[in-house]
Amino acid sequence: MNLFAESLRQMLGAEPRRPEKDDYTEEARKLHEFKKTPEERERRRRLLAEELANKKESFAWRKWRWPSIIIINLLFVVSYYYDIQLVEGALTASRVLGFHFADLNSALQVMLAFKEVLINLAIGVTTVAVLWWLVGGRSFCAWACPYHLLSEWVEMLHVRLAAKGWAKDYQLDRRLRTVLYVVFAVLAFVTGYTVFEWVSPVGITSRALIYGTLGGMVWVVLLLLIELFFVRRMWCRYMCPIGLTYAVVGSVSPTTVHYDLSKCLHEGECRKVCLVPHVLEITKKGRATKAQIDIGADCTRCAMCIEACPTGALSFRIKGLDKLL
Amino acid sequence: MSKSKTKGGQGGKRRMSRRDREKRRALLLSILAGGALTGLSLAGYYPIMTYARAENRLRPPGAIDEHEFLASCIKCGQCVQVCPVEAIILGDFTDGFGNGAPYIIARDQACDFSCDATQCILACPTGALSHEIDKKEQVRMGLAVLTRPDTCLARKGLGFKGLARGENFKGKHRYIEVDRWNPILIADHPYDLELCDLCVRECPIKGAIKLEPMSDDPNDKRKTPVVTDKCVGCGMCEMICPVEPPCIEVIPRKKYGEA
Repeated sequence: MNLFAESLRQMLGAEPRRPEKDDYTEEARKLHEFKKTPEERERRRRLLAEELANKKESFAWRKWRWPSIIIINLLFVVSYYYDIQLVEGALTASRVLGFHFADLNSALQVMLAFKEVLINLAIGVTTVAVLWWLVGGRSFCAWACPYHLLSEWVEMLHVRLAAKGWAKDYQLDRRLRTVLYVVFAVLAFVTGYTVFEWVSPVGITSRALIYGTLGGMVWVVLLLLIELFFVRRMWCRYMCPIGLTYAVVGSVSPTTVHYDLSKCLHEGECRKVCLVPHVLEITKKGRATKAQIDIGADCTRCAMCIEACPTGALSFRIKGLDKLL
Repeated sequence: MSKSKTKGGQGGKRRMSRRDREKRRALLLSILAGGALTGLSLAGYYPIMTYARAENRLRPPGAIDEHEFLASCIKCGQCVQVCPVEAIILGDFTDGFGNGAPYIIARDQACDFSCDATQCILACPTGALSHEIDKKEQVRMGLAVLTRPDTCLARKGLGFKGLARGENFKGKHRYIEVDRWNPILIADHPYDLELCDLCVRECPIKGAIKLEPMSDDPNDKRKTPVVTDKCVGCGMCEMICPVEPPCIEVIPRKKYGEA
């Protein structure tokens, strides 16, 4: 099983596949065997008991991530309000210190609808693609998207309500996002309008913050209410074409969340907090085919799994950096 | 994650495993949700076909044909940010496919080319405001039309004294004789005119509008505003017209000589 191909399959909505026997490297196979030995089982039991005794929550990354989203979005607002021309425009397209930036998905919708590409837009797209490729692709979602933050707060509330039985988490089929991606691409091409842009909660929220166009927030609040009571993180998980666009960029990104099989106790804490738990399927007992694995394309690099992991089996890694240094 | 329980024994489907039932429900819910979103997204057609259609939305200088304009506009508002008189506003959700696309309400704040060099066009990253235009005289946003000739002060031979739009009007205009660089509030600029010629006096385009006598009688003070083919449709005349509602208005996208 090719891990890269598998990550793309999962990104498009396929269920994670169980690896075949020959997929495992010698090292991984030995590690899985080792974990089954009585001594190792005993050690695991002991460690788990210890963990339970002194449970602690970590926000080591969130304390950077939330400010990151807030600052990026506030920069637009402040820049416009005080007319300091730092970041002009909105998340869909902007000039950062005079340089063109264009959101990849918004630009794609425009290109499909308009069927013409201006040089400015091409420059903006390239800049943004390189930038987000460097830092992880869907890191756009977790580190810049204003809707993501709203949705994350609503999710925290959802989890509490669900615990009391006041909210339900109906699962949707993850292939929906791929279907919608195609639907919106076709609609843009056929109608000649940027159809997605008018329902995109990301653009709507960004413009509402900057320009005070609050009408669209009615739609955003409706989406959030559905997420609160019925489908946890519905938009980000099952619908958003922007997420898929950046996932493609992230599939080949050097910045990844890295999994170390030897440190993992297979508790599943990471999957509980993850927006896209299918990428963490490898952390289940016996699933990792290699001892060291970079998490797949759909990962938003939000680092919640890193924070949740009690054993440090998950960490950020920049591919090739160790070779460079 | 809370796995919702499926009700057992739904009409003879007992052979399906619980997991299969969950999968099937997820699929059905997805079709529903996806269908709803696609349906909603297509409802964005309604506004641009009715109340927000081309003739009702005065787009900023340089805007290409309405359909192409809405296609190419990336809805970022950079044009809004550079306008010195803040004439440009963004369409909201109620504008459908025009959500986030810029337009001007000339009566509230017209484009008076205070920026001199069509800044909004320079700011546009996608060419929705055509980069082929670099002088204000080349712009064709619409056309000024004397829609209420009967109320026009000049046509009645009347003058105008006072504030064109009252003291609470927030609109700005650059009066070159007052401040070459900065627009000021129209409410700070009183007039005293023997014959009202505000639409001609404040028009930023030379020769776009003129006052012509209504008869050959030299004692007849009455004059009528005449819009020429030089009119760019910026809406300055509509903003400054002291009559309520205005006698002269810009019809978006209208071309000179067209009915």
